[in-house]
Formats: sequence, C-alpha cells, structure tokens
Amino acid sequence: MERMRMVFTGSGGQGVITAAIILAEAAVIHEGLNATQSQAYGAAARGGSTRSDIIISDEEINFPKVIQPNMLVCLTQESYNSFAPIIRPGGLLLTDSRFVKQERKVDAWQVELPMYKAVMDEIGKPIVFNICMLGAVVALTELVQPDSIMAVLKKRIPSGFVEMNQKALDLGITMGAPHKR
Amino acid sequence: MSTQVKFVQGNEACVEAALYAGLDFFAGYPITPSTEIAELLSRRLPMAGGKFIQMEDELASICAIIGASLTGHKVMTATSGPGFSLMQEALGYAIMAEIPCVIVDVQRGGPSTGIPTHGSQGDIMQARWGTHGDHAIIALTASNHQDVFAMTIEAFNMAETYRTPVILLFDEIVGHMREKLVLPEPGEMPLVERLRTSVQGGVNYHPYLPREDGRLPMSDFGGVHRYNVTGLYHDMWGFPSADPGVAHGLIRHLVDKIENRTNQLARYKEYFLEDAEIVMVSYGSAARSALHVVKNRRNRGERLGLLELQTLWPFPRDIVREKCAQAEAVLVVELNMGQVMQEVKKALDHPEKVFLANRIDGVFITPTDIRKILRLIQGKGV
Repeated sequence: MERMRMVFTGSGGQGVITAAIILAEAAVIHEGLNATQSQAYGAAARGGSTRSDIIISDEEINFPKVIQPNMLVCLTQESYNSFAPIIRPGGLLLTDSRFVKQERKVDAWQVELPMYKAVMDEIGKPIVFNICMLGAVVALTELVQPDSIMAVLKKRIPSGFVEMNQKALDLGITMGAPHKR
Repeated sequence: MSTQVKFVQGNEACVEAALYAGLDFFAGYPITPSTEIAELLSRRLPMAGGKFIQMEDELASICAIIGASLTGHKVMTATSGPGFSLMQEALGYAIMAEIPCVIVDVQRGGPSTGIPTHGSQGDIMQARWGTHGDHAIIALTASNHQDVFAMTIEAFNMAETYRTPVILLFDEIVGHMREKLVLPEPGEMPLVERLRTSVQGGVNYHPYLPREDGRLPMSDFGGVHRYNVTGLYHDMWGFPSADPGVAHGLIRHLVDKIENRTNQLARYKEYFLEDAEIVMVSYGSAARSALHVVKNRRNRGERLGLLELQTLWPFPRDIVREKCAQAEAVLVVELNMGQVMQEVKKALDHPEKVFLANRIDGVFITPTDIRKILRLIQGKGV
C-alpha cells in the first residue's frame, strides 16, 4: 500500500484527536498495519486549534510527524486557513460545510460534507460529530474497514453508546461514498 | 510468541514494562509530559497488588521510592526536567547508599519550567552530573515503544543487579506518540530479582560487605536485621566513617561497579554501518528522524549509517569509537545543543570530523533539517 499521511485539525473539544487515535488503533489492532499517531497541543484543555498527525503504512514508520499530508481534515475555518497550504498537491481535503468555507485556489481534491448538520438532524448529539467524520474518511480512503472502527469503539465506550456511534459512522460513510474518486 | 498487540503512548509502554518487571511501589508527582505514567499506574498498580502514592512534590517522591526499595520493593518514579532537578539530592543518596530504583525523566524543554508540551533531549548531562560528587550513573533511552518496553525492563534489571538508581531518559515525542506495542508473554523476557542475604536473623549482617563476585546482598529494612543506612561515607556496617581507606574504597567501588562494565552495559542498535561513509549517531526520538534519512538515502545508493544509542551512561565510548572508526564524517542528531556530540568527540581520534544536527526550539527535528546539515558535510552547499 502507499503510505498514508493524514492530518486531522479542528478546535479543542471536537474530538479530532480521539478520532485520530481510533482510526490509527483500528489500523494496527484490526488490520495488521503499522500506524503512528501524535498530536501538537498547548496548555489549553478546550478551545484553541488542535492538530493530530496519523501515518498508516504496511511498512515500518520512523519519522512520525506529517509535513505534507495526503489527506487533511479541517473542522474549523481557522484550521482550514492555517493548514490548507500544507496539503500535498492533489491530496484529499475534507471539511464540514457548516464550519468551513472552502477556497478554490487550494490545489487539492476538496470534499465538503454537511456532517455536523446530518449528525444534529439524525442523531441530535454533537458528541458523535467526530465519528461521522471518521465514517466519511473511511468511505473516501478505504484505509480500514468500518467494522474495525466499530471494534475499537466498542472497547472504548459504554455499551449504551455503541448504537449512536454506529449510526454516526454510517451517516459519514453514506455521505462520503459518492465522493470517492 | 505473544499475540497481545496494543496501540499505546510511549508512556503507557513504560507502564506496561514496569508492571511486567514486577514494579510494586510507585510514588510520584504528575508533570507534563510524564503524567500518563502516574495516571495509569494509579489505576493499574493497585490492581496488580502494588502501592501507588501521589506525593506532595518530587523531593518526597524520590525519597518515598528509596525507602520502599530498602524494605524490599521494586520501585519507580516518573517526572520531567523540573521535577528531575528537585530529585538530584536524593538521587545522590540512592547512589551512595546503593539502593535500587528506577527514575523516569520524560524530557521537555528547559531550563526551568521551559516548554512543557514540547519535546527536548536537554537532560542528558543532568542525568550524568545533576547530583554532586564523584559518582557513576546508568541512563537508558529508546526511540520506539517496543524499545521503551525493553529498556524499562533493562532499567529494573540493572538497578537490582548493581544496586544503583537507573534513569530512563525518554522524551515528549516518544512519550506521547502512539504506536504498536507487542506485549511479551510472562517469562519471555528475563527479570532480575533482588539478591537477598542468606545471613539468618540474630547473626551479624554487613550491608556493605561485598560477596566474592562484588555484589551486595540486601536485607529488607525493618526485617530481621538492624543496620545503618547513610549518605555519609560509610564502612561495611553502614556506619559513618572518615577513614581515608574506607572513603577511597567506597568511591572507587561506586564508580568502578558501573564504569568498569561500560561495554557490558552498552545497549545500542546499528543500521547500515558496514560500509557507511557518514555515520549518524542518535538516540531517543531524534533517532527516528535519523533512521528515516538513512533509509531514504540508502535507497539512492548513498552510504549512510546509523548508530542508535540506548545506553547513554556510562557512555559507550568503545562502541562509538569502533563503529565510527571508518567514517569520513560523524553526524550526531539530538534535540539539545550537543550534549552527546561532546561525548562522541571525546571518544574519537578525530573530533574534527564530528558534526551536529539539532533543534532546540521545541520542534521535532525533521528529515529535512538533517539533510540540510548533510549537504554541508558533503560539500554541496545549503
């Protein structure tokens, strides 16, 4: 497989880093791949911009940070403005239509999905916004199986929340699939 | 072979290894970027039958583990630079009184409170000379989680074998990064248990009288023997002594038991050194960037190699000398202003062929940073 270098960005509290961990863990534990996940953070626990780097590969990963991502996810305008310039030309850039207004000048395959709106309309709980985003990522990249994401989630969350997360993941997959290139 | 695969932070790999090694007492004061070690052990250690104490500060933390070790426990504390500074006094006590313990320093930028959430490797010399007086120390490091696990086990084993504190010098990048960790089965990795005296209760026990092989069997403090423990120069009973012969013998013993075993204590990895024209020397997280560059350049036919040090103290000078002997240039890659570079220079006949690729701004050194220095060394300009 081609080495996948991803950067997930957004605002503290959106679950960007959690989503990154879940994806990377699914790749390692359930798909037999190698992955590294790291994050940049400051002293603030909420708010501020957050960034998590994920590398997924079937080979050994030495340098764990991402300089030029093949895939970039931006869940706030601020993070889009900051990070869109670092994407590898032609890379995949996913944003949420409520939070980000995309610009044409970015040399990337830009996908804009109403993930937040769908989560609020269908589930009503913003807490699973990040899982919906993961669903879209999985559909767009086919990096890991949706079942692998669910297997990681089942280990991390109380059983009463599994169904809600499954629904959010499915929503993301449904929205992302038609945009697959 | 084990099939238990985990996806964890480096700090968690350290915790898994400590529990595997039989840790049963941890005292600490949480500090970024080592906090996860205390956090995880506060839950895991009691479940494993051990004791976890959050102390009022780092001075108390190291004193608590020293006391607990003396009573027969396998002990550890974890901190970062500011806390490690506070531990230096009692670290000297543990060296002097020959009490096994493991001290984890997950390095961040310093001096002082520095830059808490960013990586650094600035505590290498602090680990060596932070506490006063002539002494020797063992300090280990690692660049990936499997090696964090292995080196943590080694730290406990060396602490017990040589009755000495062992320092684990990890850093924020490895500590917080997540990657794969394969847990070994119980028994798969050898563990060194405490060497206890065979002297019976009621019979005189000399805590500092070495056996023929030089090792000092211990007696659990508070158990069947009464004996003295002090930070002063002491005789074989552990009582203070100003006798020049005793003083000389003690300091020689404390230094020689480690320095004379420098090669035996050396842990390192080597990549493509056989025909390397340029040898990189690196360790901890920085070695990941160095290895990235070495592999890429090898694919293009450039003769680059990497010597990754895992034992930093006692500094493996013979190994460094041997592995760098044929190199036209040696490039030390580290996240400080050349603390290990100076040691590499001392180890080589031609210190003028040693160069430094570093970062000191809290940003993890990138392959591009290293390549820029390589271009200079290779005479290709900037």
